[in-house]
Amino acid sequence: VNLTQDDVQEILRLLDASPFDELQLETDRFKLTLRRATAGGWTQESRTLSAPRPLPAASAPGVSAASGPLAAGSPPSAQPASPAAPAHAAPAARSPPVGVVDVCTPIIGTFYRAPKPGAPPFVEVGSRVEADTVIGIVETMKLMNSVYAGARGEVVEICVADGQFVEQDQPLVRLRRADQ
Amino acid sequence: VTIRRVLIANRGEIAVRVLRTCRRLGIESVLAASEADLHSTAAKLADWTVCIGPARSASSYLDVAAVMGAAVRSAADAIHPGYGFLSENAALARACREARIIFIGPTEEQLAAVGDKLEARRHALAAGLPVVPGGSVSTPDEAASLAHQIGWPVLIKAVGGGGGRGMKQVHDPSQLPAALELAMAEANTAFGDPRVYLERFVASGRHVEVQLLGDGSEVVHLWDRDCSIQRRYQKLVEEAPAPDLPPRLRSAMHAAAVAYGRRLHYRGAGTVEFLVDRAREEFYFLEMNARIQVEHPVTEAVTGLDLVAEQIAVAQGQQLRIRQEEVRISGHAVECRLNAEDSAHDFRPSPGTVTHALLPAGEGIRVDTHIEAGSAVPPYYDSLLAKIIAHGPDRAACLARLRAALVNCRIEGVHTNLALHSAIAASDEFATGGVDTGFLARFLRAQQSEVDREQGG
Repeated sequence: VNLTQDDVQEILRLLDASPFDELQLETDRFKLTLRRATAGGWTQESRTLSAPRPLPAASAPGVSAASGPLAAGSPPSAQPASPAAPAHAAPAARSPPVGVVDVCTPIIGTFYRAPKPGAPPFVEVGSRVEADTVIGIVETMKLMNSVYAGARGEVVEICVADGQFVEQDQPLVRLRRADQ
Repeated sequence: VTIRRVLIANRGEIAVRVLRTCRRLGIESVLAASEADLHSTAAKLADWTVCIGPARSASSYLDVAAVMGAAVRSAADAIHPGYGFLSENAALARACREARIIFIGPTEEQLAAVGDKLEARRHALAAGLPVVPGGSVSTPDEAASLAHQIGWPVLIKAVGGGGGRGMKQVHDPSQLPAALELAMAEANTAFGDPRVYLERFVASGRHVEVQLLGDGSEVVHLWDRDCSIQRRYQKLVEEAPAPDLPPRLRSAMHAAAVAYGRRLHYRGAGTVEFLVDRAREEFYFLEMNARIQVEHPVTEAVTGLDLVAEQIAVAQGQQLRIRQEEVRISGHAVECRLNAEDSAHDFRPSPGTVTHALLPAGEGIRVDTHIEAGSAVPPYYDSLLAKIIAHGPDRAACLARLRAALVNCRIEGVHTNLALHSAIAASDEFATGGVDTGFLARFLRAQQSEVDREQGG
């Protein structure tokens, strides 16, 4: 059993009255370090050492096959959906031809080609863009970040499908620059 | 009914928080986790973990069928939905009822009633609660006469909007027709619904909310919280009780919240949010949140109650275990939300891996978190890393503990907004108490101009 917040407070009350400045506790389930802080009070650092225990696939834990409400098996919806596509495509290894530039995502996240589901995409192959044209959105931690073309030109390739996960600096679209 | 096994359909700090109460009560826990969270702290602490789908929450934490499948498969008697995700989803509550699994939350009807803005407002009026003066408008003439009646300035709001989206301030009567036309066109584009309504604009408002607990017949309030320190409608610092609130207002708000809960025969933990007009010393109903809230620990600190345990008790059909006259508050509590965002660079999100997590401890300090050294902070979900909660016998003592606690906090591997919290905790305006919802924007502008001045000189 891991320590509760109340347990930690109890230990700290004992420590406060003691000459000790540090306490380390380690079991096979957790590791906790308490240190007296120079600014007053204490600091805590903890690591949970126990491993996750996946639910056995066949039947529920602690429920025998005879009495388990679902001994017959799991409904299909309980299975994790297999990802439709690889989690993320590797950034394009090939370097762009002369006069062509990659517009890359400044941030890791999910790429969206349109402002909302069902809406027309910001850009298509053949779209003419200015430096401040939005070419897509990258969603990170529930925040929508607009990605700008950064140069004047024409979209020659869409590198990432809508809804796909992108790594930082991964190319999203390619432009043929107008000033080349 | 006794709940013996709970499926926790959430992640992050709230999953760890719910796990803690389950363990204390001797209830087995099964964590429903996405593929991104299979090695999270919550997964390590839970009795069992079941994968409910890929990282994207639309196919995991927001998928009613996936969550129900996990509950059935793990033979859970109940589902705790936490906050966000499916916590206020009537379809999940209905699926639970059909599968004879307890939904730890209100009824489908209550979720539907508070989930629709106009319906929630209708209930507020019927229960005798004050709402922001206003109403729906569709022509410039209607808008002009309503604005004249409620007083200037006014706010045009999209019926389909929310979270600060689809709002327009109008200060000059001559600009109202054009602003209305634009607002309707934008609402149609953004939300597929051109309907708008007009409201009195409260120039300086506070966000004060009242915590309710109901068992389906009886409703009690557990005092109030002030959540006025917000950035772009996201709460950053919360406290209980609300500081510097006229006693007449406070007791009227408590009574109003209870009246609202009674009208719905509310079951579970819920929060009635109010806008307090500082100049007029009036309050208006905003909405009800039918779930446990992120900021619930400040209420727990001052009341000594475990709100998750009370949620579980009423969900399994018990009557409220506390009467109104037994609710007493002690001292003052403040919570800081530590987020993985770079407050030095326009709050840019900062996913990654935590390499070091030194957190405060000691008398009056509580930390609710799911992060420790080695924890992943995935880009798919919100940026909340930890909540630092300080409690003291009065507000000044509480703030002194909070400031020391923030000094004793160090997180490495991802950027955080820790420095901003320290700056807020050190500010005189916050120390005085009772700031309005415009405080943080002003504070950030002042900080920025100070930085600019230093760089200029």
